[in-house]
Amino acid sequence: MNTLDWMVLLVTMIGIAAYGAWHTRHTDHLDTYLKGSKTTRWGTIGISVMATQASAITFLSIPGQGFESGIGFVQNYFGLPLALIIVCAVFLPIYRKLGVYTAYEFLGQRFDAKTRLLGAGLFLLQRGLAAGVTIYAPAIILATVLGWRLDLTIIATGLLVIIYTVTGGSEAVSLTQKWQMGVIFGGMITAFLILLARLPSGLGFSGAAHIAGAMGKLQAVDFSLNPDKRYTLWTGLFGGLFLSLAYFGTDQSQVQRYIGGAALREGRLGLMFNALLKIPMQFFILLLGALLFVFYQFQPAPVFYNRVEWQQHATGTNAAIFHALEDKHAALHAVKQEKIRVWLAAKNHGEIVAESIARADMLKVEAATESVRNEAKAALTAADPLAKTKDSDYVFIGFILDQLPHGIIGLLIAVMIAAALGSKSGELNALGTTTTIDLWRHFRPLAAHDEARNVRAAKWFTAFWGFVAIAFALFAGFAENLIEAINIIGSIFYGVMLGIFLVAFFLKHVGGTAVFWSAIVAQTLIFVLYLLRHRFPALDISYLWYNLIGCAACMGLSWLLQTMLPGKTIRTSTP
Amino acid sequence: MKKPDATEQSARETEATGVPGFRTWRGVYFFVFAFFVLVVVLLTLFSQLFA
Repeated sequence: MNTLDWMVLLVTMIGIAAYGAWHTRHTDHLDTYLKGSKTTRWGTIGISVMATQASAITFLSIPGQGFESGIGFVQNYFGLPLALIIVCAVFLPIYRKLGVYTAYEFLGQRFDAKTRLLGAGLFLLQRGLAAGVTIYAPAIILATVLGWRLDLTIIATGLLVIIYTVTGGSEAVSLTQKWQMGVIFGGMITAFLILLARLPSGLGFSGAAHIAGAMGKLQAVDFSLNPDKRYTLWTGLFGGLFLSLAYFGTDQSQVQRYIGGAALREGRLGLMFNALLKIPMQFFILLLGALLFVFYQFQPAPVFYNRVEWQQHATGTNAAIFHALEDKHAALHAVKQEKIRVWLAAKNHGEIVAESIARADMLKVEAATESVRNEAKAALTAADPLAKTKDSDYVFIGFILDQLPHGIIGLLIAVMIAAALGSKSGELNALGTTTTIDLWRHFRPLAAHDEARNVRAAKWFTAFWGFVAIAFALFAGFAENLIEAINIIGSIFYGVMLGIFLVAFFLKHVGGTAVFWSAIVAQTLIFVLYLLRHRFPALDISYLWYNLIGCAACMGLSWLLQTMLPGKTIRTSTP
Repeated sequence: MKKPDATEQSARETEATGVPGFRTWRGVYFFVFAFFVLVVVLLTLFSQLFA
């Protein structure tokens, strides 16, 4: 990065944060601080919902996922539009009608205080854990490739988001997210266009897509019923539906984005905006990764894309092994390039038999190249058992630094940090709100009438969670695949949380005691399934299924337990 | 914690969608669902076209 990149990065990031903090510095009404402006329209709500979900990992890891495994990951989002329709039709009208600040307040009204505390506690636990990951994930990648200090990167981004989120609350969050998403869309479209322009002349999008397709990178929909496959149409539809329903319907970081606004209509349209755009957006990011794969077929490609990690171990006693692997990979890469050109020529001339033979040759060399990459990862592990062997997260950032002009590099780094700040601010805002409304006010009921004191408490709790996230990111060790780590943490808790809410909405005869104890048992069951997954192969299922199992267990047990309990425990204050 | 204006607010919730061509929310939801089905079909065709 040169001076121009630093200027673009700092001006956009500090400018947006300063604008958000300055514009909302007089926010002293609790309603505005926790729900945002009452004049917020659907476009702002829609972008805010999108920005809260799309963290920096979305733009760092997902192109890498497209590069490595193809675009099949898009199926993970197939349940999302259906879930948003249900949230619009069922969840949102009730939240707005009751005028609640948090989703868990609704549980208190529908069931009792202990169920509300359980819901709020589950949210604080899982979102508090994920908050550390969302701040750590971009920091570790940016610090590695740019040579920044990891601790300073975490602290700088953490403090920036704390300042404007604490100052302006929900209003500052949605205001800054709008500008941050502008930077993100602008940066990603620019990167995509430059990538297309850098493909070999005459290849074009169509040629690149044919190569990616022939290499198995463009299999978007898999109808397979094989339960061992992680991403299929069915896991996406059913597991993804439950995951999305739990995330958008019961996670306060999302609920807070859409319960405010000028009218119910604005929240609904904001959610429908996401239902329409989310899958195309994820497809676009994955396609970028698949095209990066094609791009590197015609460029000198490294054997391992986390070059810093590789270089650390490629010297000293293991130098000969590492250099031999590099040479082997380079030789195979050259052969593969030739095979691809032969296949393209046969395809363009309509020679069916020659094309079929060339394709088989091409795939054979690709398999051999992949085998050398696996050998390289094994060599890294042999040299250092703690070495990070997952390099797909470094593919896109490597392309940005190597191929993009200065100024645009700064813009793309700003994209990553904008995404980190956008999702982080939504999380902190929700954690601070839930702690204030569901815990602090519960234990200090007299304080509920003092609005200024409530706003002060919300600001303190928001800052508290910000510092917890920074501390967690600084001192905890995380799984290598960060996007999956977040989804796994979510799936462990979301199913049961969703079960509690679905019981509230649809099983009207079930009371607080039944749902509370059922939720405890169901959550324990999910923990047991997760912890024993390596010991018993039958339990090693896709984490998306935890959402469905947790939800079904909570609902089924609630219904069963209620039939055994006296009817006097039931409260039916739900609309 | 009900707000004093909860009933008024509730009355407003049944108002029109304000989206040209859609008189009811059910129509909006159907459109979104149909768009989702179209996207899945297009993705399937895309996969087959470049397979």
